[in-house]
Amino acid sequence: MAKFKKADSMLEWFDQRLGVVNFAKVMMTEYWIPKNINFLWAMGVLLTMLFTMLLVSGIFLLMYYKPDVNMAFDSVNYTIMQEVAYGWLFRHIHAVGASVVFLIIYIHMFTGIYYGSYKKGREMIWISGMLLFMLFSAEGFSGYMLPWGQMSYWAAYVITEIFGGIPFIGDDLVVWIRGNFYVADATLTRFFMLHVLLIPLAILGAIVFHFYSLRFPHVNNEKGEFFDYEAESEKYLAGDKKGSKVIPFWPVFLSKDVFVMGVFLIFFFYLVFFHYSFAMDPINFDKANGLKTPAHIYPEWYFLWSYEVLRGWFFEIAGISGKSLGLMAFGFANVIFLVIPWLDRSPTVKPANQRPFFKYWFWILMVDLMVLTEFGKLPPTGPNAWVGFGASLTFLVLFLSLPFITKMEAKKAGRK
Amino acid sequence: MMDESRRGFIGKAFGAVAAVGGVASLIAMKKTWDPLPSVMSAGFTTVDVSGLEANKLDIVVWRGKPVFILKYTEDMKPTDGRSVKVGDHYYAVMIGLCTHLGCIPGYEEDKKLFKCACHGGEYSPDGVNTFGPPPRPLDIPPFKIDGTTLVLGDEGPEYKKMTAKA
Repeated sequence: MAKFKKADSMLEWFDQRLGVVNFAKVMMTEYWIPKNINFLWAMGVLLTMLFTMLLVSGIFLLMYYKPDVNMAFDSVNYTIMQEVAYGWLFRHIHAVGASVVFLIIYIHMFTGIYYGSYKKGREMIWISGMLLFMLFSAEGFSGYMLPWGQMSYWAAYVITEIFGGIPFIGDDLVVWIRGNFYVADATLTRFFMLHVLLIPLAILGAIVFHFYSLRFPHVNNEKGEFFDYEAESEKYLAGDKKGSKVIPFWPVFLSKDVFVMGVFLIFFFYLVFFHYSFAMDPINFDKANGLKTPAHIYPEWYFLWSYEVLRGWFFEIAGISGKSLGLMAFGFANVIFLVIPWLDRSPTVKPANQRPFFKYWFWILMVDLMVLTEFGKLPPTGPNAWVGFGASLTFLVLFLSLPFITKMEAKKAGRK
Repeated sequence: MMDESRRGFIGKAFGAVAAVGGVASLIAMKKTWDPLPSVMSAGFTTVDVSGLEANKLDIVVWRGKPVFILKYTEDMKPTDGRSVKVGDHYYAVMIGLCTHLGCIPGYEEDKKLFKCACHGGEYSPDGVNTFGPPPRPLDIPPFKIDGTTLVLGDEGPEYKKMTAKA
């Protein structure tokens, strides 16, 4: 065992046992952040905060929620909303938080795409981030089912039904996932387990991994500039704070994050107190009924784009049914972002506005996703169906053309 | 050298034990998620169809899904592979979930058609899709005929004949 001398202070006592001084250096005071980054880089900290809020509000909801088909609806809409003091507050924080966390994830994700932060050296940051996105999607979906309202029930019904599209094992797989021939008590209890234990555990692990994956390649910056972190940090430590291109995460950078957090929290609690209904569908205040489908089913806003990609294919092409085409497109849409570091074949790391072709690609993608989101909520009939089809097709074409566009861009840059 | 091979052997032996344990655990986990025996045994529904009125839709619940049973009137023609004779009458038996997105269509007795309110899909009384987005006719649940009762969930010879044609 190492030698322990009598500590002069509490800090020293802990430092001898846990190395807290070094830990604080690596994690905070000597974790270097570039100076030239804007508020869009504060989204990571916002997400960490939102996740914490969801975890805490979730724990409070968990104390009164009952995962049983006969009790779930009332435990949410009566016990938590009416009886538990401030139960409504925790529910609204949880519901609004679940919706807003996706808004911030999307901003975080498209900031990464805009600035090319997924490129060589940063692939693991991107992949772990996309893994987090998938886990959050599973978490959001499994949680959406728990209040056992009509929309919850039919969302669970339709989403589990999607697995029926997998060749050969589809039908059996659906029964296996549901634990019954329809969405029933077994489905509710296992989704409850996923929502409160398994997926949150996986998310915690993935968050740690996501942060870790940042340590070696370091965070990107507004210009995609490369610099020597060691030399720059030495400059900073030697006292040349002005000349150094980096600042420590704590306390210098975090002060900016805290400001963004403050602005965000005003917006967040404005929603929680005055506009919580946007995160709650009125249909979900009817108790689940397996024998009565609501006239129009749609997911929460953050899944609308991929829902529309699934739904946009309403006729058969080359003998493949519209349903199967939709499923294939849906599968494509859900994995294609993961491999974007390899689809983008231009080695230059620059913000989109400084890239001759990519800038159009990026903004067309943004518009396309907005169209998909907008039409995902409308009934898929008449002209809507054609707009949906066009936008779904555009989505596929955009990603299939990305390697060619970026290759052309790389050639053009090479000629200069 | 002797030690090296011993270590290799221990490594392989450990790997084999771990693989067997891993597969066994996966099987256990898979089976834990299987529907319970009580769920499986509740997968049957029996309906006595003799008392039904012609052209009036009867809905029974089978495996949590609505099943349409429609007794044909004298002037309604039975369709090959879609209608079934129980006693002296023909009936249509099908799962009442629109094959488009799973809504429950309503039956319009005067027009003799099923109409799905969600996206306007229409079906003939036999459940054949005649208009709108549904990709295929309404599904037929497995059934068995026992006198004048229908046993849903069991594959009888009539059902097998129907699916053999499709």
